[in-house]
Amino acid sequence: MAERRGNRDAAEDDLPVYLARPGTADQVPRQKYGGLFCSVEGAFDSKSIDFDALSVGQRGSRTPRTAKRETDRDARSPASDSRSSPGADGPAAHSRGGRDLPRVEIRTGGGKEVLQNLGEEKSDRLLIKGGRIVNDDQSFHADIYMEDGLIKQIGDNLIVPGGVKTIEANGKMVIPGGIDIHTHFQMPYRGTTTVDDFAQGSKAALAGGTTMIVDHVIPEPGSSLMEAYDQWRQWADEKACCDYSLHVDITHWNDSIKQEVDNLIKEKGVNSFQVYMAYKDYYQMSNSELYEIFTFLAERGGIAQVHAENGEIIAEEQARMLQMGITGPEGHVLSRPEELEAEAVFRAITIASQTNCPLYVTRVMSKSAADIISQARKKGNVVFGEPITASLGTDGTHYWSKNWAKAASFVTSPPLSPDPTTPDYLNTLLSSGDLSVTGSAHCTFSVSQKAIGKDDFTQIPEGVNGVEERMTLIWDKAVTTGKMDENMFVAVTSTNAAKILNLYPRKGRIAVGSDADLVIWDTDSIRTITAKTHQSAAEYNVFEGMELRGAPQVVICQGKITLEDGNLHVTSGVGRFIPCSPFPDFAYKRVKARKQLAVLRAVPRGMYDGPVSEFSMSRGGTPSASARTSPTKQPVRNLHQSGFSLAGNPAPCGPPTPDDIPIRPAGRRIVVPPGGRSNITSLS
Amino acid sequence: SRDFSFFLGGESSSPAEETMSDCRRQWNREDELPVYLAGPISTGPNQRKSYGMFSAVEGAFESKTIDFDNYAVGRKGSRTPRSGSRERLLDTGDPIGKTPSEAREGSLTNSPPETDDGRPGVEIRYSSGKGCPDGESEKLLIKGGRVVNDDQSLYADVYIEDGLIKQVGENLIVPGDVKVIEANGRMVIPGGIDVNTCLMKPYLGTHPVDDFLQGTKAALAGGTTMIIDHVTPQPGDSLLEAFECWQEAADKKACCDYSLHVDIPEWNETVKDELELLVQDKGINSFQVYMAYKDVYQMSDSQLYEAFSFLKKLGAVVLLHAENGDLIAQEQRKILEMGITGPEGHPLSRPEELEAEAVFRAITLGNRMNCPIYITKVMSKSAADTIAQARRKGSVVFGEPITASLATDGSHYWSKNWAKAAAYVTSPPLSPDPTTPDHLHTLLASGDLQVVGSAHCTYSTSQKAIGKDDFTLIPEGTNGVEERMGFIWDKAVAMGKMDENQFVAVTSTNAAKIFNLYPRKGRIAVGSDADIVIWDPDSVKTITAKLQQSASEYNIFEGLECRGGPALVMSQGRVVYEEGKLQVQQGSGRFIPRKPFPDHAYQRVKFRNQVKGKQGVTRGMYDGPVYDVVPTPKYITPAPSAKTSPTSHQPPPIRNLHQSNFSLSGAQIDDNVPRRSGHRIVAPPGGRSNITSLG
Repeated sequence: MAERRGNRDAAEDDLPVYLARPGTADQVPRQKYGGLFCSVEGAFDSKSIDFDALSVGQRGSRTPRTAKRETDRDARSPASDSRSSPGADGPAAHSRGGRDLPRVEIRTGGGKEVLQNLGEEKSDRLLIKGGRIVNDDQSFHADIYMEDGLIKQIGDNLIVPGGVKTIEANGKMVIPGGIDIHTHFQMPYRGTTTVDDFAQGSKAALAGGTTMIVDHVIPEPGSSLMEAYDQWRQWADEKACCDYSLHVDITHWNDSIKQEVDNLIKEKGVNSFQVYMAYKDYYQMSNSELYEIFTFLAERGGIAQVHAENGEIIAEEQARMLQMGITGPEGHVLSRPEELEAEAVFRAITIASQTNCPLYVTRVMSKSAADIISQARKKGNVVFGEPITASLGTDGTHYWSKNWAKAASFVTSPPLSPDPTTPDYLNTLLSSGDLSVTGSAHCTFSVSQKAIGKDDFTQIPEGVNGVEERMTLIWDKAVTTGKMDENMFVAVTSTNAAKILNLYPRKGRIAVGSDADLVIWDTDSIRTITAKTHQSAAEYNVFEGMELRGAPQVVICQGKITLEDGNLHVTSGVGRFIPCSPFPDFAYKRVKARKQLAVLRAVPRGMYDGPVSEFSMSRGGTPSASARTSPTKQPVRNLHQSGFSLAGNPAPCGPPTPDDIPIRPAGRRIVVPPGGRSNITSLS
Repeated sequence: SRDFSFFLGGESSSPAEETMSDCRRQWNREDELPVYLAGPISTGPNQRKSYGMFSAVEGAFESKTIDFDNYAVGRKGSRTPRSGSRERLLDTGDPIGKTPSEAREGSLTNSPPETDDGRPGVEIRYSSGKGCPDGESEKLLIKGGRVVNDDQSLYADVYIEDGLIKQVGENLIVPGDVKVIEANGRMVIPGGIDVNTCLMKPYLGTHPVDDFLQGTKAALAGGTTMIIDHVTPQPGDSLLEAFECWQEAADKKACCDYSLHVDIPEWNETVKDELELLVQDKGINSFQVYMAYKDVYQMSDSQLYEAFSFLKKLGAVVLLHAENGDLIAQEQRKILEMGITGPEGHPLSRPEELEAEAVFRAITLGNRMNCPIYITKVMSKSAADTIAQARRKGSVVFGEPITASLATDGSHYWSKNWAKAAAYVTSPPLSPDPTTPDHLHTLLASGDLQVVGSAHCTYSTSQKAIGKDDFTLIPEGTNGVEERMGFIWDKAVAMGKMDENQFVAVTSTNAAKIFNLYPRKGRIAVGSDADIVIWDPDSVKTITAKLQQSASEYNIFEGLECRGGPALVMSQGRVVYEEGKLQVQQGSGRFIPRKPFPDHAYQRVKFRNQVKGKQGVTRGMYDGPVYDVVPTPKYITPAPSAKTSPTSHQPPPIRNLHQSNFSLSGAQIDDNVPRRSGHRIVAPPGGRSNITSLG
């Protein structure tokens, strides 16, 4: 890779990189860009197709323009290898936002106020001055005053008490803190856990501008959902540095689980439950179970999340790959082709539409799956798609890497699509609103953990990083390319998630009364992603080497500054559990209206009193030897009986009927009632 | 007795006709012409000679301009302005009025000499005058017809001997004592092939009212000279025995050539052997599997995967009944619980989404296995669209709409007349969306759907009444073998959606290609079987159970008017149907064996096989540290709590390759197994090798 890149750099333009950067290298005042009608920075980039970018996939971000910068950077800061210590406030060396840009200034109140609020280091009172507030619906310039972790005032010329820490935003964007709706921190796996626990993971989240995470509780099949939930709560309460909420995965289904789901919804503040269509014989649910779960969740106001892949076919394909002698990570993607993802998405949508249940597809990894979702939305289905950082930022070509550790680090399910145009496509659908939210599915394993599957790809623990890179990556791939505006950016990174979780407007919006989870976003900072500087404990970063534009400059979580100029100030255990209530309007308003419409009625008819043909209803037991010779005469269980047996065993002639008892007396007469046919059955 | 029934038909169908003609009168008002003259009558008898081989095909331009009126009126669409103007021509020349019913029934009831009304009939004469009049003649010459194949139409005479087409061309040199059929410029097309009939499908001990005799008679009357019937063994039955049973019955009774599909009711090892035998020795190359009928015929995705890969190796075409059986079962339960027991519960419990879902899944499986698949009974727009999309992406998939889905819709399930509503019960159900037939015709015309079957499986009202209190018990099946070709003509060709060549393709040629009968069947060419139909595009008849060949009491197309029909049908070189008269011979139908690997389906598959080889990446061995996990136990004794597991119906969880559960991140089934204390990272003494280094 490196040689290749080197070649290209050598061959093409000879400009020093720092000159190639549009607009940020010198002292050009930022104000030039903020105007209402000026063109979006970098918008023309997306107008001409960059074929290099298409062909190389992840490297696509390394357009000639950016490729140089890396060299530049390497030359300038060769010491950046030093990893930040995992301590609570280790300096993050990766943010280079502050170099030549107008800085965000933080100052505490004047001398008097300091005296008044003696010793109050961690002021609960914060004022952001001169920022441009960007919500999902509009952007406007206003100051924000926060107290006690809540936004108290928004507007110009606010009257604020003394002792207020003031942040000069200098016209930068102030956005609601990101909500990462899909993480797996501290997830147990075969006796080990993912390397990022709630402390490490939420730290990484904050470093990336995400102020709330929603983690998946994964109970083991056969165990109690409630216990697993409590376990996760305990872990998270101990360590999380930002607010969190939980999804609960339903890994098996029966009546006691039903009860637990009910309790979780009513008492525990969980409104979303994931079910699996993959992982045969383990997590996988049959269609009938899915139907029951969806029906149940629709009644209780829950959101049904699905891991959509066809587990049965995957199992067959895995066996086939191993038989063919393919044991490396490339077997993972070969045995899980994207068609199987699309198929499962289609099926899930069908079931959800039958049960009138809002559906949420986690981890949309391929173009075809995304297309199915967008088609379904066009037909009016209530379905939400969640692409993840990895699918938006990189592709599956790396599964063929010669470096086993690298290839294995990309293993996740559904796999990244080997089609290098996928990230671009998903970003487009995200911009158009066909996909609704973004998660990270952050689930990191060390190389030695991944190596559990060194001889068998089916054993490689699945998961990629992405919680830290999520917002930056979307900014870089969608906003700077002109696909998406800043309001949509807020919608897909924060607001939509809050709406689905029924946390809006507490989260996902900058408004009076909302939680003071804010990010001052620096649209111009550029950084190179590398495992050496990221907050996560993972040894390998799937976005390694990508240069991304846009980063959080200041992150405020619960009214406290947790990140400023690359310095993290986090405290483990301050994260609160945010309960989600059922029946989120965003998903359920339409569902409720449809429920009223979808009442089915029988046709009132007279009783059929015409002749009824003789038939024998028999259970399809073991066919007798003689019966086998003439299939036509054998009245074994017929197809039409199928419906019957399922029909709740109606009394008169249900399956409990002993074998081969004809319903009518023998003799295949047509029974005509004495009065002849009545008119309701006559042919006309 | 036939005349009698015709007579009856004329009498009793008149009320319906009157309403029809009212509509038509309205409709034609712009032409200011009396309706009865609207009968589409071709002009002068010598017309034919003016058409050379390269002259425009008659009526060809009509399909080029869109007639919006047609679209608006739908069913009445066949009355194009063209026929109106032709009337005008007639009006001056032949002012003698006929009653509407005469005009319409003409082709049905009248005997051949109808030249007196200016219309060229099909005329049979004997060159020597000695020919036997019973249609047994071995030598036949069709003169002056326009031979229409799926690729081109040309004027040519066709000479037939010994049941085969011996010569096609002009100025043929034929021996004496040849029976000559004057086609008078009419279309001479390959006989239809109905790819989906169920003439012997047992249901709870009863059988369809149309057996092989009755059913093939109906087929011939509709211009279909070959049927492919489904052998439907029950789970547990031997496929081979079932096949022989069907073959025996058909050999005794069938009046036209036939072949058989075999349905696979369950999947196991013995089935595999039988399938191999059927393909190699018995001439079967198509097998149906079911995605519906839970707990009876339904196969799981894994079974389908195995079945597909096995059938592909044999070179067979996989037919699919595509509906999601699991969901249907759930819906049926729900609907019955709501107290809906009538036939309307049938479509309510089988919404078309479930059909589309299954079609999508089947196509996905087919793609994975690189196996050609064939969807039987495409009943809904969404299923058809799914097929069309998949074909655009290159999938080898064929779709078969049936007569019922092409000509009527599911609104009848809500009929107050139970018997009528029940007559429409078939699976997948007819879509309640009334625009469905039109849409399916469009896709058929564009080639997105390829063949047309009838799924003819008729039960009497008393048989249907088995389900009078529970719609799930109503035997499923509709009629359509007789009406199949007529309706496609009426709704697609006469509407300008389809040309006559495509008509031949969808009714006959494509079926012959997919099932490896081509060019023996499905084409008029030297050496092909002499299954020929002389098609009358202008005949108009009203469908009614009283005039049909089928023995069923109820015709789901009752009262529909259909333009276009066979004027003469020839099967195995014998004239079996002529101007409304059937002369069939029971048991004359032959079983036509079919070879595996039909080119039409398998050529692409074979090439893809060569391309699709997969290779692993050659890497050095990973020699870095490996997290220490407990060795995998071979068996896991199900804990007492395992009874709660939804997978309990499955065999004990033997760890095998299918265990994707291992690969997934998350809690594992063996988490509770005590493991070595201390989770060490095992690092080799030499440290990491370079192949695993990062960067």
